[in-house]
Order: sequence, then structure tokens, then C-alpha cells
Amino acid sequence: MVSKRIVLHFPTRLVDQPIVYKLVKEFDLQFNILKAFVTPQEEGLMVVELNGKRENFDKGIEYLQSCGVRIQSLAQDVIRNEDKCTECGVCVPICPTEALVVDPATRKVIFHNKKCIACELCVKICPPRAMEVHF
Amino acid sequence: MKTIKEINEKIKRGEVVVVTAEEVIDLVEKKGAKRVAQEVDVVTTGTFGPMCSSGAYFNIGHSKPRIKIGGGICTLNDVPAYTGFAAVDIYIGATALPDNDPRNKVYPGEFKYGGAHVIQELTAGNDVRLEASAYGTDCYPRKKLATLLNIKDLNEAVLFNIRNAYQNYNVAVNLSDKPIYTYMGLLKPNLGNANYCSAGQLSPLLKDPKYRSIGIGTKIFLGGGVGYVAWQGTQHNPSVLRKENGVPQAPAGTLAVIGDLKQMKPQWLVGASMLGYGVTLIVGIGVPIPVLDEETIQYAAIRDKDIYAQVIDYSQNYPQCVGSSLGEVNYAQLKTGKITLQGKEIPTGSLSSYSKAREIAEELKAWIKRGEFTLTEPVEKIPGQESGYSFKMLKERPIIEKEV
Ligand code: SF4
Ligand code: SF4
Repeated sequence: MVSKRIVLHFPTRLVDQPIVYKLVKEFDLQFNILKAFVTPQEEGLMVVELNGKRENFDKGIEYLQSCGVRIQSLAQDVIRNEDKCTECGVCVPICPTEALVVDPATRKVIFHNKKCIACELCVKICPPRAMEVHF
Repeated sequence: MKTIKEINEKIKRGEVVVVTAEEVIDLVEKKGAKRVAQEVDVVTTGTFGPMCSSGAYFNIGHSKPRIKIGGGICTLNDVPAYTGFAAVDIYIGATALPDNDPRNKVYPGEFKYGGAHVIQELTAGNDVRLEASAYGTDCYPRKKLATLLNIKDLNEAVLFNIRNAYQNYNVAVNLSDKPIYTYMGLLKPNLGNANYCSAGQLSPLLKDPKYRSIGIGTKIFLGGGVGYVAWQGTQHNPSVLRKENGVPQAPAGTLAVIGDLKQMKPQWLVGASMLGYGVTLIVGIGVPIPVLDEETIQYAAIRDKDIYAQVIDYSQNYPQCVGSSLGEVNYAQLKTGKITLQGKEIPTGSLSSYSKAREIAEELKAWIKRGEFTLTEPVEKIPGQESGYSFKMLKERPIIEKEV
């Protein structure tokens, strides 16, 4: 048995397709959807925990990729370069998981690393490019 | 009541009372404007936001043999600098981009490096690459120059920003069904977010809304060093609608500022990349307001909830110059993290850093308290509400070829 957390990126054309349903039925994988939303680029984004037999897991991933779903493992990390961050807050409404929030007292922008799903939406919109992707 | 001269004497004696534009609000609430006007001598303001009309000029010294870069071509770290001056004077603008930057060809462009980054690097003491070519003259024979430059070796390195410190700004939203990439950041479709850009109750021109003390010659905190107000900024527009408290409801006054870049700090002049838009410079500015009378304090104590901004659609209204404001919100509402518009709750994002604006106001306060920074009398006022000075749109006129 394997259990893995991954991020699935669905291009617009796949958003309405019953892909997840097929995974459960044909590959006997258990899904735990941790987060799902549509990005500003109209791409579907889903953070899931996948449980199942190793071989089914591999086949499932293969199937997803063949459909055009981009898969990103959560091993990669987005971190904030504290020296570069100017505490502006323009990233706050962009982050889908509220990993970036404004502290109402200090007006500083807090980065909750644990809530971050490494979707990278903040990376290019941060004006001083303080959000960095690390592998 | 008080004069700037008297306040300066207090600064020198170490007896001056300085509060920030935020602290003065609570003080007035507790003690009333009259008493605060007697007790407080200076109110410090601050702002730290992207300001595109920024740049710096340099005199690099003469090479041997001499080169006349004027009228030639010059780049700093591949970013083109303006050369239309004498032999070795150049100016680099914050938004300048290397010729080979893909810009928006791959949309939305990333704009990783430009003039603003060059200015920040110089301020940080990093070497930058200068490459110049010239046409050569009898007195300036050299045609090519390639050298490393460091700010400490330049004769002059002067930050000269022609429009900074906007008095109020728009709140940007997107009514279309596609994401748009603007100078106000990424705006998600269908009112997905609302971005604003002002320090509100800490912002210099919002705390002296009628330009009673801020004028030409006013000494300020600029980029972590000392600078001066050189003139009103471009697009200065004092005649916009104002609330009863004198605060403009739309972008209004602006400042042109100048100061020695050599004493500025890279954390207060930050190169920034606006996705799909371009490069800009985030500039730290703090202006001291001398408390000359009770009216000064009444203006300085204006709070976020009394400062209103217009919500503008950046998908159609702004680019096409059509339609009008979608509504009005105040900065207290914006700072809660969401506003309601057309029955929809919209999360807000800020481009201007309030916590850094606070740091600037605190830093300036510390300088004044330590006696390191005295106040200046403005040598001339900047045009006010009643001056008739206002911003005009461009009137395009067809170019007709003259018959010979
Ligand atoms: S957008 Fe970048 S600089 Fe601004 S608060 Fe977020 S991480 Fe910091
Ligand atoms: S990568 Fe950025 S936008 Fe995405 S979850 Fe992490 S902090 Fe939020």
C-alpha cells in the first residue's frame, strides 16, 4: 500500500471530465481531496491524498498523465525569502489556502508554511519575487 | 502658534515631541486637537509602494581617452540608460528593460530585471556593468567603453523621481471573465479580488491634504536617506473631488523628489517585477509635518475610515477610459481584508506596505528625536485645490504632412 499527497493540475478542457471517478473505479484507489479550486488561469487544481496498491497507484498516475493532467508532488516546497519580502500583501487574495495572511495588529504578512500546498500562484505575482520554489 | 524655527530649536535642544501619523490619531481622540497641537511638535508620515516614475542620474567621470556618451548608446547591466546629456551624464529610469527582455511576448511577461533593479543594486554597493558606444568627435575620440561601475566611484549618483507619493489611489477590480495583469497586480476575473495602493492614514499627502506644510524644498526621508521635494509631481491633480475633511476621493496630488543615492539603502529602494506589466521601483518616503497650529493636527489625525477611494474596473473602464467608479470604499474597510461590491464579498490585496510605512514613520521620528534631522521651511507651495492646476487627458490631433 502507498499513500501520497500530490497536486493535480487540470487544464480547462478537463475540468468537467469524470477523471477522478474513473480512477476510483478502474484503479481501486482511494481519494482524499484536501483542496480543490479553479485558478485565475481557469486551471483546475486539486490537492489529494491517494491510497492504494503500489501498482494501481503507478497505473493511476499514468492514466492521469495520459489524460493531460499535470502532476506535481508535494515534496517541492515554496518558501519565503524574508529579506526580500516587503510585507505588501498583494499575494494575500491570490493564495488559495490562506497560507499568506495579514496580521491585523502588525499589518505584516504571515506565511504559514504548513498551509502552503506549493501551487506556486504567488511566486510570479510577488513584486520583489520573495516567494521561492525549492526542490 | 509655533514656527518651524522654534521647532528646530527644540530638536537641537533634544526637547522635541514627535509622534507618527498613526499615533496622533489616538492622541487626538484622548486629548482633543487643541491640546495635542500644543504638546506635539512634529507628526511623521510614511509610505512604501511601487512608484514607476522614478529614476536616477549619474556622472560617471571621464575615461581616458575621453568618450562622449551623449547622443550615443549606454546600458547598465544591459538595461538602457538615457544619454541625451553631456559627455558622461546618464539617467536610468525604473521601468527601463533590457533590449532582449521578451516583454509580453510570452504572456504574461515576467519582467525579471530592469532599471529599478539596477538602482537597487547600485544602492547595495554592487558593481554594475556599463557598456557604451559613441560616434566619436575630435575632442571625445573614443567610441566604445565597457567597465564595471560602483556607486562609490561615481561623481554624482542622484535619485530623481518625477512622480511619487500619490495622494490617494484607485482600488482596482476586474469585471471581465479573464484574469488581467496590471500595475495593480493580478486581478482575478469576476471581481475575484480588489487591490489598493496607499498607506492611507500614514500616507504623507493624505495627512496634509491641502499642502499647508509640504512644499518645494521640504526635507524628507527618501529611500532610507535624506531627500527633498523638488516640485509637484507629474500628473499632480489637486482639483479632484474632496470630502468635507479636505481629503481627495481619487488620485490627486503628487511629489517630485530628489536626493543623494549614495546615502540611501537597498531595503528602501526595491526593484519589483509586476507580472504582465513591467518593472517598477518600490520607494520608501517619509515626510515630517511641523505642527504649526490646531488645523495641522486636525488634518494629521484623519483616519483610515475617513479616507475614501474609488473602485475602478481595470478590464474596461481604466484601459478604455470609459465609465466611472463602481463605488467608494474607505481604507478601514479595505484593511479588514474584504469589501462588498455589487452584493459580492471580495478579498482585498495591498501593493503598498503598511507595516513598512509604519517603520519609515518611526525611523524618521527617531532621526528627529536624536537631533539628526531638522525641518525645512518650504521655499514655495505646490499648487493647491483652488489653483486651477489640473490633469488633462491627451487631445490627439492628426499629423498632416505639409505640402512643399
Ligand atoms: S507579495 Fe511578496 S513581498 Fe508582498 S507580502 Fe507577499 S511575499 Fe511579501
Ligand atoms: S504556493 Fe503560494 S499561493 Fe500557493 S499555497 Fe503556497 S503560499 Fe499560497
